[in-house]
Amino acid sequence: MAKAELEPVIGLEIHVQLRTATKMFCGCALGFGEPPNTRTCPVCLGLPGALPVANAEAIHYGLLIGLALNSTLAPVSTFHRKNYFYPDLPKGYQISQFDLPLCSGGKLGEVNIHRVHLEEDAAKLNHVGVGGRIDQANSSIVDFNRGGTPLAEIVTEPELSSAEQAGQWLRLLRTTLRTLGVSDVNMEEGSLRCDANISLRPAGSDQLGVKTELKNMNSFRFIERGIRAEVERQRALIEAGEEVVQETLHFDPRSEAITSLRSKEEAHDYRYFPEPDLPPVVISESMLSRAAAELPELPAAREQRYIEQQSLSAESARMLAWRAELGDYFDAVCEADRSLDAQAAANWVAELQGRLGDQEAEDSKVSASALAQLAALVASSKINQGGARQVLDQLVNEGGEPAAIVADQGLEAVGGAEQLAPIVAAALEANPELTERLRSGEMKPIGVIVGEVMKQTRGRADGEQVTALIREQLGLS
Amino acid sequence: MIDRDELLHVARLARLALDEDELQTTAAELSSILDHVATIDELDLEGIEPTAHIGDVEDSLRADQVARSLPREVALAPAPAIRDDGFLVPSPQGE
Repeated sequence: MAKAELEPVIGLEIHVQLRTATKMFCGCALGFGEPPNTRTCPVCLGLPGALPVANAEAIHYGLLIGLALNSTLAPVSTFHRKNYFYPDLPKGYQISQFDLPLCSGGKLGEVNIHRVHLEEDAAKLNHVGVGGRIDQANSSIVDFNRGGTPLAEIVTEPELSSAEQAGQWLRLLRTTLRTLGVSDVNMEEGSLRCDANISLRPAGSDQLGVKTELKNMNSFRFIERGIRAEVERQRALIEAGEEVVQETLHFDPRSEAITSLRSKEEAHDYRYFPEPDLPPVVISESMLSRAAAELPELPAAREQRYIEQQSLSAESARMLAWRAELGDYFDAVCEADRSLDAQAAANWVAELQGRLGDQEAEDSKVSASALAQLAALVASSKINQGGARQVLDQLVNEGGEPAAIVADQGLEAVGGAEQLAPIVAAALEANPELTERLRSGEMKPIGVIVGEVMKQTRGRADGEQVTALIREQLGLS
Repeated sequence: MIDRDELLHVARLARLALDEDELQTTAAELSSILDHVATIDELDLEGIEPTAHIGDVEDSLRADQVARSLPREVALAPAPAIRDDGFLVPSPQGE
């Protein structure tokens, strides 16, 4: 089978730790970074006779997420017991939701949402023994501080088609959740965790192939690399005429190796049944109206605002709206100099971000006001684009004030007809043959003349202005 | 009567090691429970909403207010083994 004929089908499951004050079913404070086993009680330790009571704020956060994802909110939803044995689960079951989740359906960006449900997080296992990996440990130490932390599980439909698309969409989701204020969405600290279901199928087919599940990837880059590696692994198998086995996989970002965690048949017999200790969650009108009233401006609306009110290009608007931190930085740049053209400001923010890689603009050495000043220097033709990029390089490396850098390094644009005209005239005079060809209407050599002027001005002239002057001096229209 | 394989499967999921005698008794007991449920299952429940819970459904949520947690030594007291202020357990390897 030819390579191009197989297309990846990717679905995502995202676990989000909710930023409530207390756990999902008990009053223990959330315990990130606390000494081990200091945030526990009979409920979250699973002691016999302890009764869980659902946290109203966690339900509220669930409703906010559902509204933001355009989901259908269930007037009544129920909790179920999901039964399995693992030392991080003291009751022998996780309280989760099954056939009546809080939110069903929905859409974010181009991706349809399958469901959003609430559940409790497991405790943290520290494996002791050789290596840190789960399948190499000899014994484990359980810290129940995390056990019972409220989680929202967001499940997409399987309709993403590339690692890049998955990464970009996850950034949009993260921005949305952050804007909602329902979670810290910190992947390194585990408050946003992502699993990916991956399969391949012949392009254009509507059948789904056998899927594998890639577990717990904790950064956007790992997710993209993990998905890419798994797609290639499956592609190689299928092209070699072998079969993909349904299983749960672990991606090691250091070695890029994919290893099997457990095969699926064994693991999936959860024997769900309704949690008898918890009555159904009934969503009242007042809960709904409170959630609706607290809904902030979401990335999609922000994107629209940038396009309609600030006339940004669709591409710029999306870049700034989908990465809230960058959007905030852009807003600060515009705020610092209200006379700036918004698109020009957005372009400089993009230039800056391109130089920063994974670092956030607001954490860089370039303050929003410095970038605003730089954009203003360009807008008023004090420096040209090339000079401005040099200034930006210096700002990124050392910080400082654009105007001072321009003065220090002599980067002022050589502009205005009176300054440039003699230089253009000299360049034409020095190249009589090219000048003749230009006069006869052959425009190709104009680049050479412009280049000559740039050389004379050490790159500080404005290319368009030079071109205009050449045409003017040669009497070309 | 529940079949032997199904019983062994359920026992394994519950981490129960049953000897031959226990298998016999458990099979009989489980079967009588299943038979009873099968009898209930014969009722015509068309149009009747499933009962997820028998209690009062109103006002069942808790305000997000911190309550005092257990002192660690109390939490750890029933632990069969303790290391580094945590519950020391066998590795979940093979699960």
